[in-house]
Amino acid sequence: MTTTPLAARGPRAWWRVPQRQVPVLATLALLLVMYGIGVSQYRAFSNIQVVFNIFIDNGFLLVVAVGMTFVILTGGIDLSVGSVVAMTAMVSASLLGDGVHPALVLLIALLIGPTLGFAMGCVIHFFDIQPFIVTLAGMFFARGMCTWISSTSIPITDGFWTSAAQERIRIGENFVTVSVLVALAVVAVAAYTLAYTRLGRNVYAIGGNQQSALLMGLPVGRTKIAVYTISGLCSAIGGILLSFYTLSGAPLIAVGMELDTIAAVVIGGTLLTGGSGYVFGTLLGVLVLGVIQTLITFDGSLSSWWTKIVIGGLLFAFILLQRLVGIRKK
Amino acid sequence: MSTARTRLAGVTGHRLFWPLVVLVVLLAANTVYRPSFLSVELKNGHLYGSLIDILRLSAPLILVALGMSLVIATGGIDLSVGSVAAVCGAIACLYISEQPDQNSLGGVLTAVAIAFGIALLLGAWNGILVAGIGIQPIIATLILMVAGRGLAQLVTSGQIITINSEPYKTIGVGHLLTLPFAIIIALAVTLVVALLTRRTALGMIIEAVGGNAEASRLAGVRSRRITFLVYVVSAACAAVAGFMMTANVSSADGNAVGLWVELDAILAVVIGGTSLVGGRFYLSGTIVGALIIQTLTTSVYAMNIDPQTALLFKAVVVIAVCLIQAPAFRARFRRRQAPGVPPAAPVEKQKEQVPA
Repeated sequence: MTTTPLAARGPRAWWRVPQRQVPVLATLALLLVMYGIGVSQYRAFSNIQVVFNIFIDNGFLLVVAVGMTFVILTGGIDLSVGSVVAMTAMVSASLLGDGVHPALVLLIALLIGPTLGFAMGCVIHFFDIQPFIVTLAGMFFARGMCTWISSTSIPITDGFWTSAAQERIRIGENFVTVSVLVALAVVAVAAYTLAYTRLGRNVYAIGGNQQSALLMGLPVGRTKIAVYTISGLCSAIGGILLSFYTLSGAPLIAVGMELDTIAAVVIGGTLLTGGSGYVFGTLLGVLVLGVIQTLITFDGSLSSWWTKIVIGGLLFAFILLQRLVGIRKK
Repeated sequence: MSTARTRLAGVTGHRLFWPLVVLVVLLAANTVYRPSFLSVELKNGHLYGSLIDILRLSAPLILVALGMSLVIATGGIDLSVGSVAAVCGAIACLYISEQPDQNSLGGVLTAVAIAFGIALLLGAWNGILVAGIGIQPIIATLILMVAGRGLAQLVTSGQIITINSEPYKTIGVGHLLTLPFAIIIALAVTLVVALLTRRTALGMIIEAVGGNAEASRLAGVRSRRITFLVYVVSAACAAVAGFMMTANVSSADGNAVGLWVELDAILAVVIGGTSLVGGRFYLSGTIVGALIIQTLTTSVYAMNIDPQTALLFKAVVVIAVCLIQAPAFRARFRRRQAPGVPPAAPVEKQKEQVPA
């Protein structure tokens, strides 16, 4: 599966795009169409700040979705992300409340997610239990920890956190927040890792066919544990971004976020069986979700539950598209 | 002595042994904490007590888990059950709330029939996606899981519909023959499913499809039809569970009804010894699994622990039960414990897991 780029170099018409890129291009087209609809319907939509706001409001979702992309590319799934995000935010908030130095808090918060991810990866690999069940237990564990820390929301008043939350980085007349830059950096690093490093190629190989990868001598176990650790790290970063965004830690925040994340990854064109997909697609998927929310907010007359119905419809359309592309390949 | 040891190994090796041990430990812990836990009294011809409460509250989970067992047996998974329960509960409550006389039996039966019909349609939608178009089950049902919550809120217009209907309430909290009505429904459905799958060839055919859909098709099983069927059955079970959940509180909240029940149901099935890979299913195990989860929830409430913190216990129990049942874990553990024992059993176990 991963050798398609090599095969794709043969002589062929320039307008033919490689088949594995069709879903990503479809997402891009959809995103442009939806943005076009927004611009044509609402005058304020064309303001470039609307685009920046989508990034600001979905920065943490983007980071978490990037981690999920790694896991899904190997053919696994990580249901614990939403709870780990909440747990990271809770731990940071409660430690900051106790007067611990922000740098130390940042370090601890960034370590929790990967540790849990590493543990889950080990259980999945060594004891051969389905990722679905293991990460489900991880989800319960992390959510339980949240309420164990505190059953109510903890506000954050620390200087570093508030300054990071309120810092406006000006771009012309508009601005973005620190979170957006962090999120984009994570996307860049992840895209590079997947495309150009040994780890990235191993991820694609395992997703394509685990047996073959094993027979080829690739470090299957190490890579599988690594992707869950990466997903845990991304959730931890996402949790810190979320605590920047809300300036608090709440035990019930980010409930159901794993579904949004999986939806974003699928809409971004990543195959849930693994082996095919791009971080760039995930970025587009998150933007599509963001634009839907913005459109519904701009409209004002539509209720919030239409978001879910539209996301469900889009999921269906994209899965159908993947299926059609898959059939044509055969 | 060796026969005693093999007999002991036979008992501890039975797939229901560890789940039952966990259930007994949970019940024992409750009894130690509150000695009145095990007492059951007869008041006004109805049985009351903590044990009866656990049974009554576990009825919806048992139903959902039964449907889920069949789906998992075909190698699939149904994430949409919670949403289906929410949609059906919402539709039934909406219809009843619009009736002039909410207590009329006819109105309630019509409401239940309409909602049940919708559930069959939703199940058919899942079935078509999985069996017809060939989408992976986890994704196909994810669509309805996400969109279904939206639909349920659409039906209730984002409000909580409250109703005041005695016949509908009976589904959740009524009694029949001293037992809560919900238990009797769950029991009846269990019996029907057990009879249909274990006294006819249906169960074996479902397992054949789960073992290898293509091979079963070549052997003359209409595997697509079977796959389609299990999703419809699962949605039907979810619908009845949705009626119970909404009847319990006489209201329908599109957001809260059946939230996370799909995860609990999958857990119940897995705790019961059914592998997510498919090809086998154990209805008795599923029911024990559902009872474990409900006992855990009830004991946590009884011990005044925050329900959210209860998730910690759930995580521990899930991991413990899954590890105990995992062939890889058992083999490792056994080798370390008794290096001299001939490794016949572990080797056999490991063979089983290879195709997974």
